[in-house]
Amino acid sequence: MLFNVTLFVFAAAALCISFRRDRQKTKKALAIAWNSFRNLIPSMLGIIGLIGLMLALVPREVIAGLFGNNSPAGILLISLAGAVTLMPAFIAFPLAASLLQSGASVMAVACFITTLLMVGIITAPMEVNFFGKKFTFWRNAIGFVLALVIGGVMGVVLQ
Amino acid sequence: MKAQLRRYALFALVVVADLLLYLQHPARGEQAIRSALDYLVEMLLFIPPIFVLVGLLDVWVPRQIVEKNVGPDSGVRGVIISILVATAAAGPLYAGFPVADALLRKGCRLANAVIFLGTWATIKIPMLMMEVKFVGLPFALLRLALTLPAIIATGYLMEMILKVGETGRFAQGAGENKCSVKPL
Repeated sequence: MLFNVTLFVFAAAALCISFRRDRQKTKKALAIAWNSFRNLIPSMLGIIGLIGLMLALVPREVIAGLFGNNSPAGILLISLAGAVTLMPAFIAFPLAASLLQSGASVMAVACFITTLLMVGIITAPMEVNFFGKKFTFWRNAIGFVLALVIGGVMGVVLQ
Repeated sequence: MKAQLRRYALFALVVVADLLLYLQHPARGEQAIRSALDYLVEMLLFIPPIFVLVGLLDVWVPRQIVEKNVGPDSGVRGVIISILVATAAAGPLYAGFPVADALLRKGCRLANAVIFLGTWATIKIPMLMMEVKFVGLPFALLRLALTLPAIIATGYLMEMILKVGETGRFAQGAGENKCSVKPL
């Protein structure tokens, strides 16, 4: 929350300074901001709805029950889940902690967290919008492989 | 108009799914809609200032400054600046897309833009504090130590992959051929 307030204050201050310096340029900046916001709205609404559905349909306990052992299938499954899911840190880390507590392996949890952060399947349409298909595909593919490596190493080291 | 409507297809699908879920399991349907609304509010609390800052960046920061600091010849300095700026950023990854896009259009090196996005996604100061709190310091530190080189490697790999034989946007490190923000 403090973060958001800081962000708003910072943006407002920058806007004031800009307005004093040059009204025309500030108007143009606001028009650019509004246009990018308007472009984002449709996909943002869709993604938010998907997150809501996911949270309602997949209870924590189900996820926790599946990844107790270190089987390759379990690791791959939880990594794919991480790649597909989109959740903010304040949900992801408590979830990771509860996974560990309910007996999930460090490797499974580390793979989940790293793929969750580095790969975004749900946000891919938005990424394509900005940077194109090729960029999106490769950034996510490289991210997925490296996330698995990172998760694997973490699992071994932190055993 | 038709293209505009098509962009709402996903949202329309979700609304239908929410309705069906609500009819079958009212409690779950309500939960889905409630968490979606929570997220919406949360996003509206940080997205507007980010876009205002992107707009200001667009009109005020001259191309030369971006090129000098994170452009094709910025070297290690460019990498460090990209990482530091992104760790300070707020919001989820897709809030970083327009920022990286604006940087690219201003002459930012492709590798640095990818590093910027990677850092934005994986390493943020408030996020690290959450991580330490829930899964412990060794987990957080090890993840940080392994993720940093991975992000940098991704940046250079992406540059190699996208630049080869590319005539469009990423050919010269930055392209102005394709603008997601329509010129006014």
